Amino acid sequence: MAVKQTRGSVFDTAENIGRNTVRGVEEFGLAGVLVVQSFYWLVAGPRQRQPVRLSAVFAEAREIGINALLIVGVLAATIGVMLAIQGIFTLRIFGAESRVVFGLAKSMTREFAPLITGILVAGRSGSALAARIGTMKINQELDALSVMGINPVRYLVAPALIAMIIMVPALTFFSELVGLLAAGVYVNLELDIGLRAYWSQVLDSVTIDDLAHGLGKSAIFAVLIAIVGVVNGASVTGGAEGVGRATTRSVVHAISAIIITDMLFAFVVTR
Amino acid sequence: MSNLPASAARDTVIEVENLVTHYGARMILKGVSLEMFQGEILVVMGGSGSGKSTLMRHLLGLERPTSGCIRLLGRDITRMSHGELVDMRKRIGVAFQTGALFSSMTVAENIMLPLFEHTDLDTKTMEIMARIKLEVVNLPGFGHLMPAELSGGMVKRAAFARAIIMDPQILFCDEPSAGLDPVVSAALDELILRLRDAMSMSIVVVTHELESAFKIADRIAVLDEGQLLFLGSVDALRRESNPRIQNLLNRRADEATVDADEYLQRLTGEDLNNRAAR
Repeated sequence: MAVKQTRGSVFDTAENIGRNTVRGVEEFGLAGVLVVQSFYWLVAGPRQRQPVRLSAVFAEAREIGINALLIVGVLAATIGVMLAIQGIFTLRIFGAESRVVFGLAKSMTREFAPLITGILVAGRSGSALAARIGTMKINQELDALSVMGINPVRYLVAPALIAMIIMVPALTFFSELVGLLAAGVYVNLELDIGLRAYWSQVLDSVTIDDLAHGLGKSAIFAVLIAIVGVVNGASVTGGAEGVGRATTRSVVHAISAIIITDMLFAFVVTR
Repeated sequence: MSNLPASAARDTVIEVENLVTHYGARMILKGVSLEMFQGEILVVMGGSGSGKSTLMRHLLGLERPTSGCIRLLGRDITRMSHGELVDMRKRIGVAFQTGALFSSMTVAENIMLPLFEHTDLDTKTMEIMARIKLEVVNLPGFGHLMPAELSGGMVKRAAFARAIIMDPQILFCDEPSAGLDPVVSAALDELILRLRDAMSMSIVVVTHELESAFKIADRIAVLDEGQLLFLGSVDALRRESNPRIQNLLNRRADEATVDADEYLQRLTGEDLNNRAAR
């Protein structure tokens, strides 16, 4: 009996691994299809009299971007000051405090601003997207769209995806500015470097390549957040509890995807 | 099967031929064939798990069948391209069980959505058309409210208004009286009859409510375990001697046949035959 049970549990485990793998591959497939279809509708929609509505894109952009300005600003400023504190502390060992500006400029534009903005938008808007699509699914609203001849990808997914791709890099740029300015204020107080001198050092340190690196990365994060949210929302089963699970799952998945992509992107681009 | 005297001469609006569908590996519909005529109210009945919701989803083109064909207004929707299906969907209307109104829009915006997406009418005209449909479903002046501010019966009425805004030729209603009190559900039955008479729509109603089915149906289709058990008029259904149909009409539970060995096996979770062999 014991042998039989062990064998059973081994089979069960193997079966579960198999099922989860298939499910994972399915979700990747769905994610790819959604991205392709969204761009298809953006380009071909107007010809089929089914355009992606600009008003919907603006509404999404306001929610994702404008409404997040305050919290992104506060966090970017905090991260900027934190980087300045750590930078000065570390460089003091070598007596090279004044070189802190170079490190601040590079790390804020290349790494911290895109990452913190991505994580914030994933928690704020990615989860909201998953919850909205999930709720619409269990209320049959997605079916209702389909039977009215309104493609849900065109109507719901494309506007969210496009708004993300515009607003996440925009927010990232905003948080670079705010973060570096806040760091400047700290550096000014701590090292007595004038703000004007600080800012011209920042501009000397940051290259176009640094900006492109950070903003390009944030555009990829934007696609990840939107698609992870939609895929999790669309996979909701089992009522309100299911929506809660999908929302949590979408935040965890999106943040994991962002951090892993960040590392891969840095590895590939700096080679 | 011709219970309507003139049925042979009437136009068919829906033809289902030998429809077989699967959900995963499980077969849901096992070769269902039926037809529906212009201007008729066809009620599809059956218990939970009989496949009636699945049939509805296939009639709406939300799922692709394993085999068989479904012709709406003379055209096979199982072989249509996306564009053709969109054109077909402008000619049908659907009132879902939950209403499925978009919670972020007002009732009027919900009703105008198909017009907004498929026509070039100006907003004023759309608003007037939405008000006309709200009058039809007896919800005058409720257009500015949000769906969350409506009662259950009102949500269903608003869903009907949205379903008929494009003046569809076929209207599908999924469980219109589910979860409503008898008075409200009787009013919905009246509404369905009125829509058929006033706008000469063909209406498919999926329900398990006997009383409502008998009141509105021209013909009734009874599904059971994925097969069409009966298709005919209300009177013919009452006369039908099939025990499963009698059980349905008299609200008796089917007597489950009990196999003693199988029962014991289910309880103990062991394969008794194997144990005897060991």
